[in-house]
Amino acid sequence: MSTMPSTAALRQGAVPAPRQPRRIPRPALGNFRRFLSPLALVALWQAGSMLGLIPARTLAAPAAILASAWDLTASGALPYNLLVSLQRVLLGLGLGISVGGGLAIIAGLSKRGEDLVDAPMQMLRTLPFLALVPLFILWFGIGELPKIGLVAFGSAFPIYITLFAGIRGADPKLVEAGRISGLDRRGTIRHVILPAALPSALVGLRYALGTAWLSLVVAEQINATAGIGYLINDARDFLRTDIIIVGLLVYALLGLVADALVRWIERRALAWRPALVRS
Amino acid sequence: MNAVKIRKLTRRFGETTVLNNLDLDLRPGEFVALLGRSGSGKTTFLRTLAGLDPAPDDAIVRVPAPTAVVFQEPRLMPWKRVWRNVILGLNAPRDRAEAALREVGLAHRIDVWPATLSGGEAQRVALARALVRAPKLLLLDEPFAALDALTRIRMHALITDLWTAHAPTTLLVTHDVDEAVLLADRAVVLDGGRIAADIQIDLPRPRRHAQSQFATLRARLLAELGVNESHFAGAA
Repeated sequence: MSTMPSTAALRQGAVPAPRQPRRIPRPALGNFRRFLSPLALVALWQAGSMLGLIPARTLAAPAAILASAWDLTASGALPYNLLVSLQRVLLGLGLGISVGGGLAIIAGLSKRGEDLVDAPMQMLRTLPFLALVPLFILWFGIGELPKIGLVAFGSAFPIYITLFAGIRGADPKLVEAGRISGLDRRGTIRHVILPAALPSALVGLRYALGTAWLSLVVAEQINATAGIGYLINDARDFLRTDIIIVGLLVYALLGLVADALVRWIERRALAWRPALVRS
Repeated sequence: MNAVKIRKLTRRFGETTVLNNLDLDLRPGEFVALLGRSGSGKTTFLRTLAGLDPAPDDAIVRVPAPTAVVFQEPRLMPWKRVWRNVILGLNAPRDRAEAALREVGLAHRIDVWPATLSGGEAQRVALARALVRAPKLLLLDEPFAALDALTRIRMHALITDLWTAHAPTTLLVTHDVDEAVLLADRAVVLDGGRIAADIQIDLPRPRRHAQSQFATLRARLLAELGVNESHFAGAA
């Protein structure tokens, strides 16, 4: 969370949007060339496995990984465990976004709220939240609760920090224009302050998703009986490196999908931004 | 009965007295230009009339409702399309926004994002946002200062047309003497928080710089602002 962008940079309009450079059509060959080296690496890996240079218990061959991915999908084991993991992330994220967002709104909209909320949040934020695992196990046992709790705890802070900064960064001139146009306090929050904070909050959402996956990976290492993490741990006991890799690939794919989702939300919700309007 | 009545308005920020025991009346439908150098308190005066700054207890500040303000910057909500900006804070249908936008010549821009508007267009949308409220008192805080010269000329014509059509009591804060003589019925010069001059401008509209009385009024107002034109003429 130390890589959080500065609030100044988050303030919309603080920096004039650079003109979109004209896209130079890239030759198809150039695009293809980018895939050459990864493909070559996979080919080398496969060859090494076939020649017996890479033992399967160290790293399974790409072909074996593909085969077990197929088997796991066909048997329903992968879809089932994926659903369990997804449910943990969604519940945790939902909780984290609600709590982090709610606290940010309380702290952002009033000085008293800030005094009440911000200090403890800033203190808790410095805590490496993954170190809370032992405490969470003591509090919540080893069921779903500590896993969802960890995801929620990790994702609440990016949302809190960015939404709080976004609310405080709302242009007072626009707030004044809203007031003179007849907006009451609620109308001002709805029509001026929250939309102004949205770009910043969406950056926070992207961070929150990243943290959520990270928390999930850690949480699923603790006594899970289902989920992608369980699949990986179980495979470890049987030296099935092929299944472990499948699990890792699924984690990576989930991260990619989540990122694409936020980008999609940004394109729709921030369609008014100059950079997006022009392109 | 005056539309605006101000008595004994004093505003202090720390040690500085920005407005010093000010009295001013505006007749209904009157177009008054408030002139003054930077720091003369003209924007503070407008903000007090708009209710953006609190009026002190011992002052009388009586303004009609509704009041609308156009600021130096358009201050449009970038996340609302043009027509939603126009009816911001009102429970009004799209038609009302469209009618107001037609009056400022921007009906064709009704659905765009403010980020795509030019400076002049954005300021016209801000004007439509003020007009749609059918204000009894229209407060203009240097609304043309940030526009280029050509756009400003067009805006002057537009303001004159709109004021003629709707006749709101209008207070234009400006530091541009030409603008005051071109648009207003009356020019009030503010200096050191007091009214230094209150001059009627009885020129027929539309006004042109070439009118002979124009130059006379202009020179008089400039003199009130402490600028001596002959000084420059002599130097040239």
